[in-house]
Amino acid sequence: MSEYLSVLIFAVTGAAIVLFTFFISKLIRPHNPYPEKGVTYECAEDAIGDSWIRFNPRFYIFALIFVIFDVEVIFLFPWAVAFGELGLFALVEMVIFILILFFGLFYAWKKGVLKWV
Amino acid sequence: MLEIIIIGTLKVIAVVVVVLTCCAYSTLLERKVLAYMQHRLGPIYAGPWGLMQPIADGIKLMFKEDIVPDRSERLMFMLAPIVSFIPALLVFAVVPFSSDFSMFGYEIKGVLSDLNIGVLYIFAITSLSVYGLVLAGWSSGSKYSLLGGIRSSAQMISYELSYGLSIVGVILFANTLSMTEIVNQQASFWDMFIFRQPLAFLLFLTCGIAETNRLPFDLPECESELAAGYHTEYSSMRFATFFVAEYGYMLAVSSVATTLFLGGWQGPFLPPVIWFLIKVFGFMFFYIWLRATFPRFRYDQLMAFGWKVLFPLALANTMGTALWVLLTDSVN
Repeated sequence: MSEYLSVLIFAVTGAAIVLFTFFISKLIRPHNPYPEKGVTYECAEDAIGDSWIRFNPRFYIFALIFVIFDVEVIFLFPWAVAFGELGLFALVEMVIFILILFFGLFYAWKKGVLKWV
Repeated sequence: MLEIIIIGTLKVIAVVVVVLTCCAYSTLLERKVLAYMQHRLGPIYAGPWGLMQPIADGIKLMFKEDIVPDRSERLMFMLAPIVSFIPALLVFAVVPFSSDFSMFGYEIKGVLSDLNIGVLYIFAITSLSVYGLVLAGWSSGSKYSLLGGIRSSAQMISYELSYGLSIVGVILFANTLSMTEIVNQQASFWDMFIFRQPLAFLLFLTCGIAETNRLPFDLPECESELAAGYHTEYSSMRFATFFVAEYGYMLAVSSVATTLFLGGWQGPFLPPVIWFLIKVFGFMFFYIWLRATFPRFRYDQLMAFGWKVLFPLALANTMGTALWVLLTDSVN
């Protein structure tokens, strides 16, 4: 338990240091906003349209594929730790599992999901 | 009990201070090394050999006005630097930087917290760092930032798979997730996991560079087309926090690579901490060297490389390693 406690202390200390420097900086820096300063940067031109533009849905598909394979990687961690005891049985099981997922990747690949442009 | 908490807190403060100092001086190292590689001198005016430059930069940024653009989502805009900084720092909680030593009559462990799931913890924490960049990109209210944020999220999740898989190869040999235990298993030179997992080491290094958004994989920042990407709109200490987070993250990846593949603090003659720092800064030098050498990837090349080359390679390496471990076990 105390191991996790020190991780918590670490996180709190890190946050405290950042907030402290923000605070110090707030005390000493100038504060003089005017409308031109708050304008969004766009190559020194007036910004055209909203900044929440449409972007390629392909990013979303990549995220979907990622979720599936990330779960696979997470499964591999405990498998790797216990592998010394489990032996051949574990290897065969994991090869079947990975082959099924790899077939999925192959399918996505052939469907052109992984292709840009 | 109180003693444990006090020692723990002091250790935490010491590690935080050392890590932040290392981050600051990594910026100087980068500028100096890049300069010499390009036949320039780099910073020379602040202190001897420009040694005070990081401090001067820090003070300068503190005195700068903090601009929050009108179109930004204020709360998220302010939170994003902190969200990206803390994961970078938290990785160091489980990295063993030295052997156990005694000081002032107390036995002190050479690691902040020896979690038995250390490797999994690192994998989890590094995944969190993408949130800071996406939040910054989304909340800035600038097109460049949004594109940078989205790019970085897609890039980081793509390379995270091979990143995790390359670690699995090491765990198959080590049979543990504890970082301390992994270091202890690499006691002699030929025991270092780099010799048993050379392919995994290369994969880890490549993915580590992509995860930290460094050249040749720095598409999210891409000065020439995105004007610094997710931190275009940031200024003052918030910008500095992003900067420190980036270098902290590079240091984190370097120290994890050192621990998993190069035997961490193990080494002859010199004290363990020195060996650890030498190895980590060796990696940092390698990062900067890459930056001076390679041009940037194109985005479709980057994604294709991650999914069609690295990921199948990492899977094959994992399965091959498992088979190897099985065969050598049955021979013995």
